[in-house]
This record gives sequence, structure tokens and C-alpha cells, in this order.
Amino acid sequence: MRVRVGVSQQGCLATLRWRSGGNILTSRIAPTGGLDSIPKLLARNAREFGDRPASREKEFGIWQSWTWAEVAEEVNALAMGLLALGLNANDHVAIIGRNRPALYWSMVSIQSCGAVPVPIYQDSVAEEMAYVLDHCSARFVIAEDQEQVDKVLEVQERLPALEQIIYYDKRGMRKYDHTAMNAYRDVQEEGRAGHYRLEPILQERLKSVNYDSTCVMLYTSGTTGRPKGVVLSNRNIIEASRTSAEFDHLNAGDSVLAYLPMAWVGDFIFSIGQCYWTGFCVSCPESPETMQEDLREIGPSYFFAPPRFFEGLLTAVMIRMEDAGPMKRRMFSYFMAHAKKVGGRLLDGKPVSLIDRLKYALGNILVYGPLRNRLGMSRVRVGYTAGEAIGPEIFEFYRSLGINLKQLYGQTEASVYITVQPDGEVRPDTVGVPAPGVEIRIGETGEVFYRSAGTFVEYYKNPESTKSTKDPEGWVATGDAGFFDEETGHLKIIDRAKDVGKMADGSLFAPKYVENKLKFYANILEAVLFGAETDKCTAFINIDMSSVGNWAERNNIGYSSYQELAGHPKVLDAIQAHVEEVNASLANDPMLNGCQIHRFLILHKELDADDGEMTRTRKVRRRIIDEKYADLIAALADGSTEISTTTEVTYEDGRKGSISATLEIRDAKVFPRRAEAA
Amino acid sequence: MSFDVGYTTADGRTIGGVLMEMKNITLRFGGVTAIKNISLDIREGEIRAIIGPNGAGKTSMLNVINGFYHPQEGEIIFRGEHRKRMRPYQAAKQGISRTFQNVALFSGMTTLDNIMAGRQLKMHKNFLWQMLRYGPALNEEIEHRRKVEEIIDFLEIQAIRKTPVGSLPYGLQKRVELARALAAEPSLLLLDEPMAGMNVEEKEDMSRFILDVNDEFGTTIALIEHDMGVVMDLADRVVVLDYGKKIADGTPNEVQKNQDVIDAYLGVA
Repeated sequence: MRVRVGVSQQGCLATLRWRSGGNILTSRIAPTGGLDSIPKLLARNAREFGDRPASREKEFGIWQSWTWAEVAEEVNALAMGLLALGLNANDHVAIIGRNRPALYWSMVSIQSCGAVPVPIYQDSVAEEMAYVLDHCSARFVIAEDQEQVDKVLEVQERLPALEQIIYYDKRGMRKYDHTAMNAYRDVQEEGRAGHYRLEPILQERLKSVNYDSTCVMLYTSGTTGRPKGVVLSNRNIIEASRTSAEFDHLNAGDSVLAYLPMAWVGDFIFSIGQCYWTGFCVSCPESPETMQEDLREIGPSYFFAPPRFFEGLLTAVMIRMEDAGPMKRRMFSYFMAHAKKVGGRLLDGKPVSLIDRLKYALGNILVYGPLRNRLGMSRVRVGYTAGEAIGPEIFEFYRSLGINLKQLYGQTEASVYITVQPDGEVRPDTVGVPAPGVEIRIGETGEVFYRSAGTFVEYYKNPESTKSTKDPEGWVATGDAGFFDEETGHLKIIDRAKDVGKMADGSLFAPKYVENKLKFYANILEAVLFGAETDKCTAFINIDMSSVGNWAERNNIGYSSYQELAGHPKVLDAIQAHVEEVNASLANDPMLNGCQIHRFLILHKELDADDGEMTRTRKVRRRIIDEKYADLIAALADGSTEISTTTEVTYEDGRKGSISATLEIRDAKVFPRRAEAA
Repeated sequence: MSFDVGYTTADGRTIGGVLMEMKNITLRFGGVTAIKNISLDIREGEIRAIIGPNGAGKTSMLNVINGFYHPQEGEIIFRGEHRKRMRPYQAAKQGISRTFQNVALFSGMTTLDNIMAGRQLKMHKNFLWQMLRYGPALNEEIEHRRKVEEIIDFLEIQAIRKTPVGSLPYGLQKRVELARALAAEPSLLLLDEPMAGMNVEEKEDMSRFILDVNDEFGTTIALIEHDMGVVMDLADRVVVLDYGKKIADGTPNEVQKNQDVIDAYLGVA
């Protein structure tokens, strides 16, 4: 199991060396070489890379940096301060806020005290927050600012375990009752002041932290039911970070931008796991709105974003190109056509003729390079997207520019990694081969199971769910249906296993597969397919405001709201054309040609996490939609051409209102199955 | 309420003595009397609202306060000194800054430059030094830029730092205008309808900022606003004008119950 004293700290550090001839640090440490917790990795980094930057944050318009030595000091000061406040080992401490170095450090401080950090999505409403805080019995909460403190105070009465709120940003906090509230920096000062008394206690606590103690607890957003607290040990996090870092050759010279929610497992692996393992620098944006600009300034070498981000960026580029001069437009379309032909092949190291190479090099100077720079991806060496399927055209666009974008498949319970695409084997329609150290098998029903060192310990206070998800041999059910592509050996995911159903005639019903096809159109933001157990599929559509809005402006179509634009007959025409194209392509698919969409409507509001219709990671919650829009679903099925409805909406501040609308239901052309037609 | 000692507000803040006192102000434009014999005071650290129906003389009152209009009758005492006939820039020098009912920014300039313009009175190096952008002038600019960045951070407008303000939505322009007024580090801040034309969410943000400015910098604020909900939440004391006359003055609660105010707003049958 765990080897702790077997290898001396000095011994394992000696294997950390500068690679000859380069300035890239490589860490070659035996998996259990004494480095069995994040605080120990921090201590190593402070010794080894003491004067290299560990964290950056833009504040007051300037990038502020902290070296590993400084980070270690900050982390220890807060840890001692938390001890002074009475933090016990195994306590849970919630962290709520946007990506900021201090909040990342606080997680390590909490671990140093032998306690468990529980990051919470910062855009959760108070109600959702209350459930998590209560479920993990958080004694302390570290909140970023007044907004988050207010949310906690709102539900404080239902949280008997809560004792202390620590806030980072002092603004607007002066008038609050401070009997059970402290500023982050004051806690650190307290820790520094009590250094002589607290340091030995901290050292004692640190000793008790090992490979099997809990590293972090992350709540899954839960497409079904209440969120579950996934307990991940140091072993899970460090092993997943180590193997993935080796797979992609991550090292201390890399740089990332932390902008995805801190409560999401991916961010924890990138911004803490891999960061502490390899010693690379994590930068935090100035504010969520400046992310795009900060991305350009930092130019990360390792980048992760959900498909939605890449889609949005591509849409923005295309809109700007429409507005560019004719010369630029022609240059862009000429070289992009060339990139489409050879860019991906070049990236995969496949043979390309000399002429094409030269043309690509010219395009690189004129178009691809400047565009990559504009996108903030000039230095991206490894880029990942995951979470949802990405449109093949979007995927190819980035790859053709020379950005090494790949896909991975993972989940919280696996400490992210289940499958990844190796360099040179990248495809838009698969999620890759098993990640290093991961075993995969496909169940009888088509469900994907995996087993790895990153496999979670348990669901907190929920042995039944743990049992039904993870069997005694360690195999975990992903809940996704998929199969290995025989030609490539890559895994392909079709849909959530429980969502895959049958049509009345017995053919396969895979809603997500069809929805993804719809969502690949820039005009369609979200789609929900219905029709299991019936003979005709129907769909809800959400239009994409930025794309359709831009189109409306060009065509002099006035609108004042989403609802008005969504109900415009010309918009309906455009969407109908997309639906029919999807039907045509489905008709050619022998497995899924029963899923053609017979009728559809455009929803009068955008599906939103605040209304519970989607998860915070923007996955559709079918059960809630089935309940909430039962009238619309019935109208789709019964053949009516119009339906009036009223829907409750929740505003960002938690207040409720309602909107009513009359929606037009359209019939779409359905194509005969290829088999029948032939 | 005595004039020298302060009072304690509903939310427990202590308000100081009188910062500005206006006695029997009358302002006429030719035959039209915009303000008739109005007296009011603004105390150190408070949020003072001036409300009233359209044409009640609210903006005229604000223009009197910042020296743009000169009342025919009455006297103004600012920080214990009688104010003589003056120009608005002199008022600015004395620490009074303001925002406007219809946004008045340099629309071709960036947010950053607009706010830097608000520091103009505090820059002392002459034009030639500034052109050289070297030595003392550079140090001065860095010092001012730091202040401006603090305000940008405070009002959360980092994302539009380099955007020309003309292309910004109205709500953000209002915020930039507030930022520019704050850049002068005023002791008295005049806000002319800071929430006009905003949606609920923007209003809430703006209310938050106004309270925070008052709380963090201790700035005294006099504001005109039409949204009664906002006024009642924000203001410590409210003065109500109607047809150039003062019809009520007191805490939001007192004013709400005042029969004259109810009549002025709802009309008398």
C-alpha cells in the first residue's frame, strides 16, 4: 500500500532534475515516493521551484504573481489561522467563489489541517447551497465576497453545524456582525502571530494526512435527484494527475488559465492536482467577463474548455469576419479552405505534399497565426474538450488552425480520466482510448464500466448509491451507453444509458444523439427530444440568441426579447430547415432512422439552471422538463398547431415571475428510411 | 435635529454635522420661478435624496449646489463658509462632483481615459511634462492610474476598461460616469437620476454601488431619483419638492406618510 518512510524525501527529490539541454523541468518521482498528499507536494514545490511562479491573478489591471515559496507561506499562515479558530481534523470546510488564488490556497490550507475542502458552485442559489452545506455539515465556510456571504447567511438557520464564515473580499462587509465572521487576511495574521504555538500542531496534523485520507469532496451536479458528495482521496487525485501529466508530458514550464468552476472536478485536477504534481503556474482571470482578454495575455500552453466555449468562440470569429473588409474575407475563406484540407493532417503527422505545406506556412503567417493569437491559443500545446459532444466542424476548425484540440471522456467519480485521445489519433466522433491505468468494459446493456486508481472512495453519507454505482471489485457504472469502434479501438458514447429507449416500433431511441446533431447548428443552442415508446419523435428547440440575433439585425428584423425572436415566422422557417436536414441525415443511419423529428416548437424561454431545467454544467434535466412542460409535450403529440402556455421563471436573485406565450407547432418533413427507399 | 450634532440612521450609521446648508434659495429664469424659497441641509456622510414630480425643480437644485446656477436670493454655506458666486470647476475643486441625467461622457474615449479625465484636477505636472511622459510626469500618471484602477475594480468594470464608452450599453455608461465622478475623490457626490432607464437588475447593482461608495469612502451623496422603491431603500433623509417648493423633509418613513407628498404624487381629487 502506502510507502511513506521507505524512501527519504531527499532521495525522491534527487530524481527531480533539469532535463539536459532544455529548461523544462521534469518530475520523475515514484508514485508513492513520500509525496502522498497535496500539502506535501506543496512543500516539495516550495523547496524545488521556490522562486518560480505558482499562481497569478490580474488585479488592478496588472498581473500579480506568487512564487511557490510565497504560496507555501500563504497556505501555512491560513492553515495556522484555521487551527486558531478551532478547525478539527476531518471537519468539512466549504469554499464558495470564483477562481482566485487565495481560494485555491485555502483548499490546501484545509487539507494541511487534516480537514476536507468542499468547493461549491459560486452561481448556486442559496437553496442549493443550503443542501450541500447541510449535507456535509460544514463547520467553516470560506466565501469570496459579500454576495456569497449573503447567500450563506440567508440559509444559516438551517445549518446547525455552521460556526464560522471567512470572507476574502472585505468590500461591503464592515457592517456585518463579526462574532462568527472573519476576514481571510485577518485569519492569516492570527495564524502568523500564533506561529510558535500553532506550527507544532500543524506539523502534527500534516503527519496524519496520507494517501488514503480524503483530498477533496465534490458534489456532482446531478442530472437526476439531489447532488451527491463524491469523496476523492489523495491517492485518487495524485494518481490521476500523475498519469495524465505523463500522458500529455505536462511539466513545470506549462501554464494554464483557471476559469472553470472550482467545484468542478476538472478544475480541481488541472488547477490543484496537476499543478501541484508538475509545478506549473495557474493564472486566474481578473473577472469572469475579462476571461477572453486574460486568456490572450496569458497564452496558456495547456487548456481545457467545454464544447460550448469553442462553439461560442467560433461564432464570434465568424460574426467578426462577416463584418471585415472584402479583402480580408477572401483571404480568410481561401486559407481556411486550405487549412481544412491539410491542417488536421499536419497536426496528426500524416504525409502532406510540399506545395500544400508551403501554402499552409503562408497561411500560418497571414491567417492562422494571427487568429490563434486572437483566440489566446498561440501557445496551446495540449487542449481538451469534454462534457458534451462537440460538432465535427467546430472541432476540425480548431485543429486545422494547428491547435492540438483533443477529446476526453470522464466524470467526477473517476477523478476525470476514463478515456483520452492520444496525440495523432484524434477524431471528432470518439472520446479516445482508455486513459493510462484505466480498465474499461462494456456491460451487457451497452453501459460503460471502468476501474482505475482514480476511482472515487464513496458517496458521502450515501452507502446505497455507492453500492449501486461501484461494485466490490471496484468497477464503476458510468450510466453512459457506448461501444468500442472496431476500426480505431476508440470508445464512442451514444447517450445516457437510462435515456436510451425504444420507439413503439422497436427501433432505437437515442435522444442525445439527435439533440447533438441539432445543436451543431449555430442557430440552435439547446434541443430536447421526446418520443420514447411512441411512434413519432418531437422536439423542443432553444435558439441561440447571439447567432439568431445577429442574423435578425442583418435582415432588419426587429425584436425586443428572446421570446419575440423565438416566435418570429422567419426564425421558425430557418429552424425548420435545420430540423429537416437532421432528418435527412438520420434517414441514412440504419440504427437511428426511427428518431426523425416529426414535429417541433421553439420554446419561449431559454432553458436555465436557475429554473432547475439544466444542471450548473448545462446538461438538460429531462425529468424536470417532462413535468414542467407537460402541456407542450402533449400538444406536440396530439397534432395541434398552436398552444398557449404560462411558465414560471426564476430571476438571478431568486425571485420568481412568470411568462406566457402562444407557441406555434410546426411539422417537419420526414424522410423514408434508406432501407425502405432502396 | 440640531444643526451641529449628527444623528444615527436606521441601519446604525452615525451621520456628522452639516456639510452644506442652503437657506431660502430662490432661482428664477426670467419670469419662471424654478425654486421658491427653499432651505435644506446635507450632512456629512449621509445619503440625501431629492424627489418630486416632473418639473419640481430637482435638477435646478442640483445645479445650484454645484455652482452651475446662481440663485437670485438666499445663501449657501459649504463647510461653514459662505459661498460666493462661482463656476462649476470651483465647486469641483472644493470636492463636489456629479453625474448627469443624460449621460455626459466623452463617447470616443475608452472607459479608462474617461475615468482618468476625472482625475484632471488632481494632476499638477504641466502639459509639456505630460507630453514627455518621463520622470515626475510618469510617476504622477502611474499614481493616478493606480487610483483609477482601484475605482475600476470597485465598480467591477474591468471588462470594459479599454472599450470606447460610446459603444457601451446605457447601464454601463451610467456606471462609467459614476466612476469618473468618484475619480475626483469627492466629499460630496451629486447623482442626477443614477437609475433612469435601467432594468431591475441594473438598478440593484447601482444601488449596491451607491451604498458601497457611501460606506467605503464615507462620501456624502445627494441624489435625485424617480424610482420611489430605490429612494426609500437608499436614502437616510428625503426632501420632496413640488412646483419649486419644498413640501416635506425627513426620513423616508416620515415622508411617505406626509399628506402633501401623497397629494403631489397621486393628485388631489
